[in-house]
Amino acid sequence: MSCKCGSVVKDERFVKIDQILEQNGKDESFLIQNLEQIQTALGYLPEDVQSYLAEAMDIPLSKIYGVVTFYSLFTTEPIGKHKISICLGTACYVKGAGDILSEFERQLSVKVGETTKDGKFTLQACRCLGACGLAPVLNVNGKVFGRLTTDDVAGIIGQFE
Amino acid sequence: MDFYRAHVLICAGTGCSSMESRLLRQNMHEEILKRGLDKEIKVIETGCFGFCNMGPIMVVYPEGTFYCQVQPSDAAQIVEEHLVKGRPVERLLYQHEKESTDTVEMENIEFFKHQKRVALENCGRINPENIEEYIAQDGYFALAQCVNEMKPEEVIDVIKKSGLRGRGGAGFPTGMKWSFAAPVQADQKYVVCNADEGDPGAFMDRSVLEGDPHSVLEAMAIAGYAIGASQGYIYVRAEYPIAVERLKIAIKQAREYGLLGKNIFESGFDFDVDIRLGAGAFVCGEETALLASTEGRRGEPRPRPPFPAVSGLFGKPTVINNVETLANIPKIIRNGWEWFAAMGTEKSKGTKVFALAGKINNIGLIEIPMGTSLRTIIYDIGGGIPKGKKFKAAQTGGPSGGCLTESHLDIPIDYENLTAAGSMMGSGGLIVMDEDTCMVDIARFFLEFTQEESCGKCPPCRIGTKRMLEILDKITSGNGTPEDLTNLETLAETIKDASLCALGQTAPNPVLSTLKHFRHEYEAHIYDKKCPAGVCQALLSYKIDARKCKGCSLCARNCPTEAISGKIKEPYIIDQAKCIKCGECMNRCKFGAVIKE
Repeated sequence: MSCKCGSVVKDERFVKIDQILEQNGKDESFLIQNLEQIQTALGYLPEDVQSYLAEAMDIPLSKIYGVVTFYSLFTTEPIGKHKISICLGTACYVKGAGDILSEFERQLSVKVGETTKDGKFTLQACRCLGACGLAPVLNVNGKVFGRLTTDDVAGIIGQFE
Repeated sequence: MDFYRAHVLICAGTGCSSMESRLLRQNMHEEILKRGLDKEIKVIETGCFGFCNMGPIMVVYPEGTFYCQVQPSDAAQIVEEHLVKGRPVERLLYQHEKESTDTVEMENIEFFKHQKRVALENCGRINPENIEEYIAQDGYFALAQCVNEMKPEEVIDVIKKSGLRGRGGAGFPTGMKWSFAAPVQADQKYVVCNADEGDPGAFMDRSVLEGDPHSVLEAMAIAGYAIGASQGYIYVRAEYPIAVERLKIAIKQAREYGLLGKNIFESGFDFDVDIRLGAGAFVCGEETALLASTEGRRGEPRPRPPFPAVSGLFGKPTVINNVETLANIPKIIRNGWEWFAAMGTEKSKGTKVFALAGKINNIGLIEIPMGTSLRTIIYDIGGGIPKGKKFKAAQTGGPSGGCLTESHLDIPIDYENLTAAGSMMGSGGLIVMDEDTCMVDIARFFLEFTQEESCGKCPPCRIGTKRMLEILDKITSGNGTPEDLTNLETLAETIKDASLCALGQTAPNPVLSTLKHFRHEYEAHIYDKKCPAGVCQALLSYKIDARKCKGCSLCARNCPTEAISGKIKEPYIIDQAKCIKCGECMNRCKFGAVIKE
């Protein structure tokens, strides 16, 4: 890529990052919080975003990469339009969450952690959502569905199709 | 101040919110407004009542009428019948076969009757987003008393005498922890609240933060005064959005009221609190890992000493307390250590919150005096096992704990007794399992969890848990050999002895505990290639009972691999070579003719 110093409009994503840093602070102790908000805004944390953040916060890129890959909340891959997170906490597991997950894998033709080819759904397993009273539960884009059986799977996918 | 003739309390905890309690509140509000009753009746969103599987929950005062499973569409009827005409809506009252008549009042319901609420006192009673409601429950009085009337060492002394122990897992005496940090000379000290509740199936800390956030802030300020710290941090999981939001509101309000910040109660004592978000790593519940994460680094634990009381956050003396532990502090100061020490057993004082889940009728959050028996918890509070199934085991302490069996039903629950029984208190998750739960599969489930959550810093945990998981996978898939059991035990002991932090040191516990109490299930998997509970797919086979089969062909038509064949009106047969054990035939059969062995 040739140098376009002075003539480029700043990447919109980086403008957003600047805003987040402005609000929270650039101290290293804010790194996780900043990453969390950047991911919420941009969807995921690709390498160029991490490089930009490294410059902006004055932290080595290796350190940022280390943090991003350590915590399960962060992803370096784009995720689907709808994120289906199936709780595999103990209460849900005991009540058959494993079967629900397999049914989603079958109907969406993806494995857990993957995104469908059309980019619509990302299927994830997650840690306890704390809604154990409704076990087994799952969360699609922040909306919680509870007391599930494998028969509910098609209906849930249908709602977001 | 306005006086209302009735108060409607609606749970806005995570469980009830998931069932549209927010919409219910809005509908109630509109119905009340429509009838011009908004000056007479107040609708309040509260924290969790604990009775999560009966949600959404609504309680109407002054009568204390307990409504459950209330839908947003029920709002009009409740306003019209109960609040206008004064007749409870019977179909929404809590009903239970064990309880003679329809139980109207909350305190008479079995689920609540045996409980003693201390840490959860305000959850479900006040609006957590309004500091005045907390103050009206004597909130911040304990802080005022500490900073104005007590010396820091007197505060520590009261907490020591109360016998309060850490509710996060290890049960270390809280007063003792404070007394280590207090005398250390430093220009800055910190109080950190550990709200990284990671045990799958435990959600008491979230409930306290959602339902009574000010009690945690007040306690942190008291801890700050006792050890000489002026800054506090709450490390909370990003997966708990409602808790984070309520904490932010609480901190803002406390600052506005001068209860956080400079010169609190004009005593010259300064204390402020900030939030740090966790990002989904179980190991961050370990205190040194939590500190690393709070500083913005990878959450890897480090060897101790130095202990955080000497060198903690940013290298400064730091006290780290769990949410539930903190929630007890203001009440101990207000009511005196004698009051607290009068509850519980000899070495475990006060109460403990348990998150009751799994194969049990009343799922939810309960708080009981230490020393209550497992039998009371499961059969009285929990309402027994659904569908008349038989109790098999209860897992406490999550992935670090172990299981309790029928022979443990009557021991008084406290730190010592649980440890002696081969389990642990942990943070208070209590998962009930019935005869349909395979204990080998459960051990495998917990190990899969710890293996995935192992941070990778020390080899015994990183490699050891992986090897154990491989062996358990082998056993549950029907390829187990007799030496697997000895290998599991050897590995378990090594990992326990050699791991750096508590995650590794306790990771083998679920395996050791199930091996001790349910060895016969492991042996059945290995020698007979059978899963007695019928869970492990590889060891199951589906068969059709020729006497019950009517030959309707429903199973054959739904079999994804065409493994079932036969003639109409004659018994069908499953070809075991083709069967993928999906269980679809069993789900479909209307005559119960498909059996699982």
